[in-house]
Amino acid sequence: MSDQTPENLPSPGIGVDEWVASADERRARSLGGRVDDAFTRAPPVLKLLVLALPFAVFPLLVDSDYFMQVGVDTLIYVLLALGLNVAVGWVGLLDLGYVAFFGIGAYLYAAVASEYAGRYWEAQFAIPLIALAVAAVGLVVGIPSRRLSGDYLAIVTLFFLQLYLVVLVNASFTRGPNGISDIYPLKFFGKQVVSLDGYYYVALAAFILVVTALYLVNESRTGRAWRALREDELAAELMTMPVNRLKLMAFAIGAGVAGVTGAIFAPVQGAIFPASFDIVLLITVYAMVVLGGAGSLLGVIVGAVVINVSLEALRSPDDASWLFYGVVALTILLLGRPWWRGPVIILGTIAFGFVAHELAEQVRPSLVEGTSFGQARIDELVDSWVLLPVDIVTPDGLPAGAFGRLAYMGLVAAVLALTLIRKPLWRTIAIVPVLYLAACVWENLLVAQPAVARFILIGGMLVALMAFRPQGLFGKQRVEIV
Amino acid sequence: MDWDKLVQLLVSGLTLGSVYALVALGFSLVYGILKLLNLAHGDVLMVGAFLGWGILGWLGGAQDPSVAVWLLIVLMILGAMAGCGFLGVAIERFAYRPLRRAPRIAPLISALGVSFFIQNSVLLLFGANFRSYETFDLVDVEVGISWGPLNVWIIRLIVMGSAFLMMAGLWLLVTRSKLGKAMRATSFDREAAAMMGVDVDRVIVKTFFIGSALAGAAGVLVGLVFGQINHFMGFNYGLKGFTAAVVGGIGSIPGAMLGGLLIGLAEALSVGYIEDFTRGRLGSAFSDLIVFLILVIFMLLRPQGIFGKPDLKKV
Repeated sequence: MSDQTPENLPSPGIGVDEWVASADERRARSLGGRVDDAFTRAPPVLKLLVLALPFAVFPLLVDSDYFMQVGVDTLIYVLLALGLNVAVGWVGLLDLGYVAFFGIGAYLYAAVASEYAGRYWEAQFAIPLIALAVAAVGLVVGIPSRRLSGDYLAIVTLFFLQLYLVVLVNASFTRGPNGISDIYPLKFFGKQVVSLDGYYYVALAAFILVVTALYLVNESRTGRAWRALREDELAAELMTMPVNRLKLMAFAIGAGVAGVTGAIFAPVQGAIFPASFDIVLLITVYAMVVLGGAGSLLGVIVGAVVINVSLEALRSPDDASWLFYGVVALTILLLGRPWWRGPVIILGTIAFGFVAHELAEQVRPSLVEGTSFGQARIDELVDSWVLLPVDIVTPDGLPAGAFGRLAYMGLVAAVLALTLIRKPLWRTIAIVPVLYLAACVWENLLVAQPAVARFILIGGMLVALMAFRPQGLFGKQRVEIV
Repeated sequence: MDWDKLVQLLVSGLTLGSVYALVALGFSLVYGILKLLNLAHGDVLMVGAFLGWGILGWLGGAQDPSVAVWLLIVLMILGAMAGCGFLGVAIERFAYRPLRRAPRIAPLISALGVSFFIQNSVLLLFGANFRSYETFDLVDVEVGISWGPLNVWIIRLIVMGSAFLMMAGLWLLVTRSKLGKAMRATSFDREAAAMMGVDVDRVIVKTFFIGSALAGAAGVLVGLVFGQINHFMGFNYGLKGFTAAVVGGIGSIPGAMLGGLLIGLAEALSVGYIEDFTRGRLGSAFSDLIVFLILVIFMLLRPQGIFGKPDLKKV
C-alpha cells in the first residue's frame, strides 16, 4: 500500500463517502465481513435454516446428559444475547439492567408455577403472559430516560439492576438469598416436559420463534428506523421518526425476550437464586453480543455459542490448558502478517522458554521445582518449560503464590506496553517474552482459579475488541459522524 | 422525636455524602471533558482502598504502626491518590483513547470490560475475603467531638475535612489555574480549544489523573470509616457517585459536591427511618430504593440536575 500516492489512490464513486467506501472495501476483504455479507444476501428461509440447523442436529450427535445440559445452557445464552442485541446492536442503547429482566421472567415463572406459589399454570399461557409483563416492566424502566441521551439510560438501568438485586435478596416474598427451589417443570396442554431433551427442544422452539420475529422486525419499517436512529438520532428526529417511542419499543422488545428466556431458565434449573442474575451474567452476555458483532443476528448467535462453549471448557484445568495454548497459538498464526511472522513468534517463544527455564535452574532452582496444576499430556511438557516455583514459602520469604501474583501484574503492564510499540520488528521481538510470561501466569495462577480467570479474560477481551475490532467477528464497522 | 438518632444519622449522612461527592467529582470532571461515562470509576475507588490497606500493612498495621497515626493516614491517602491517578491515566490511554472517534456506545462497553477486569484482577490477587482496616485499633472510638447529642468520632471529622479540603483544592485548580482554564475550554468545545493551542490530549490525561486520584482518596476514606473493603465494593460507590453527579448536574463541580451530600444524607436518613415509616415492612437495605426514586424524580423533572445547564444539541 505504501507505493500509493494520493494521486493514484482509487477514488470512491460520486455520492459515496470516502470513509464508508474504504471501510466497505476492508470489510469485503475480511472473512467475517464476507460471511456476513453472504448471509445478508441469502433468502430468508435459507437464513433460518443456517441459524437453526446446527442447533437442530446437535441432539442427534451427542448422547450424554452433560452435553445436552451444555446445549440447553447455550440456547438460553443465545436467546439472552438476541434480546440484548435489539437495544445494544440495532438501536445503540446501553441497557445495563438487562439481566434484571431475565431474572424477573424467571421469578414470574416461579410465581405462577411452583409449590411455593401454590399454582401451576400451563406454559402456553404462562410464557406469553410473562413476556408481556416483562416487556411492560422494561417500558416503565425506560421512561425516566426518554428525554435523555443513552448515558443516562445506562445509569438508570444499572441502578435498576442493583435495586432488583436488593429486592431479591431482602424481600420476604422472594425468599431472599435462599431462592425458590421447588419450581414445577414446564407443562404444555397437560403434558409435562420431564427430560433434558424435552427442554432442549422447548428452548430450540423458542429460539426459532424469537429469531424469526426479530428478523421480521428488523427488516420492517421499525427496523430501518432503529438503524437510522442509531446512526444519527438528530437526523432521524428531523425525518419525523418518533425517536422516543422507537427507543422504548426496542427496550421493551429486548426485555420481553429476556423474560421468555427467564421463564424457560427457571424450570430448567428447577431452582432460582438472586446470585444467578448479577452483573457477572450481564457482562458475559455483553461479551457474547460484542464478540459476534453487535447488530448482526448471525454474529450474536455465533458469539454466544463461542463464549459459552469456551467458558464451559475453562471449567476443567485439562481442557483449559489446551484451550489456552490453542487459542493463543491460533490467534498469532491468524493475525501474523506476513504469514511467516506467526510461526516465527511461536517457535521463538518455545525456544525462549527452554532457555529461560535452563537459566533459572542454574541460578535459583527453587523457581522451577513446582509441577503444573493440570494432568493432561501437555502439562508434562509445560513442566519443563515454564517457571513453576514450589507453592510454599520460598527461601526469599515471599508468601505462597507471590511469584504468580507478581508475574500477573508484570504481565498486565507488559501487554499494555506492547500495544505502544509501533515498529513491527520490535513488536515481534517483544511479543516473545510477553507470551512466555503469559504462560507462566497461566500455569501459576489462572489455571488454579478458572472461575476468576474466565472473567479476567472476558474483561480483557471486551477492552481489546473495542480497541482493535469494535465490529466483532461479523458486525459492520461504524463511525461517529460529527 | 429521637434527636440523638437524628443527629447521628445526619453526621453519618454527611460522612457518606462527602465520600460520594469525591466520587461524583471525578466522574463529573471526566464527563465534562470527554462526555464519557467512566463506568470503571467505582473500581478505581476500590483499588484505592486496597492501596491504602497495603500501605497500612506495610507501615506496621493498625495495632503497631511504625509512624505517627496522623502521618500514617496522610501517607495512606497520598499513596492511594498517586496509585489511582496512574491507574486512571492507564485506563484512559489503553481503553478510551483508541475510541475517541468510535460510536458513543463503544467506550461504554470498553469501560464495562475495564471494570470487570479490575474487579477480577483484585479478586485473583487478594481473594474474596473482606479485608479490614482495623480503624478501631488505629484510633480510639472515644476520640472526637462530644457536645450534647452531637458525638462525632474523629475519623468522621477526618473524612469530612479531607474531602472538603480536596474539593476546595479542586475548585481553586479549575477556576484559578492555567490547567483549569484549559480544562474548561476543552469541556466547552474540544476542537476550538485544540485550535487555540490547548494540548487536548494532555488536558484529558491530567483530568483522568485528578479524577482518579480523588476516587483513590475516597477509597481510603471509605476504608477508614467503614473498616471493611473487598473487591466488589466499587460497584456501590460508583453507582451512588454517578447518581450524585446526575442529581447535582453532570459536569458541574459544585453540583457534584451538593449532589453527593444530598445522596449521602438521603441514604443515611432512609437507612435510619425506612423501617419506622413502613412499619417494619421494608428493612434498611431498601434505602437504595429511596436513592433510586430521587434519581428517577430528577430525571423526570430536572434532567440537567441542580446546577446543570439544559443539554442543547448543536448540529
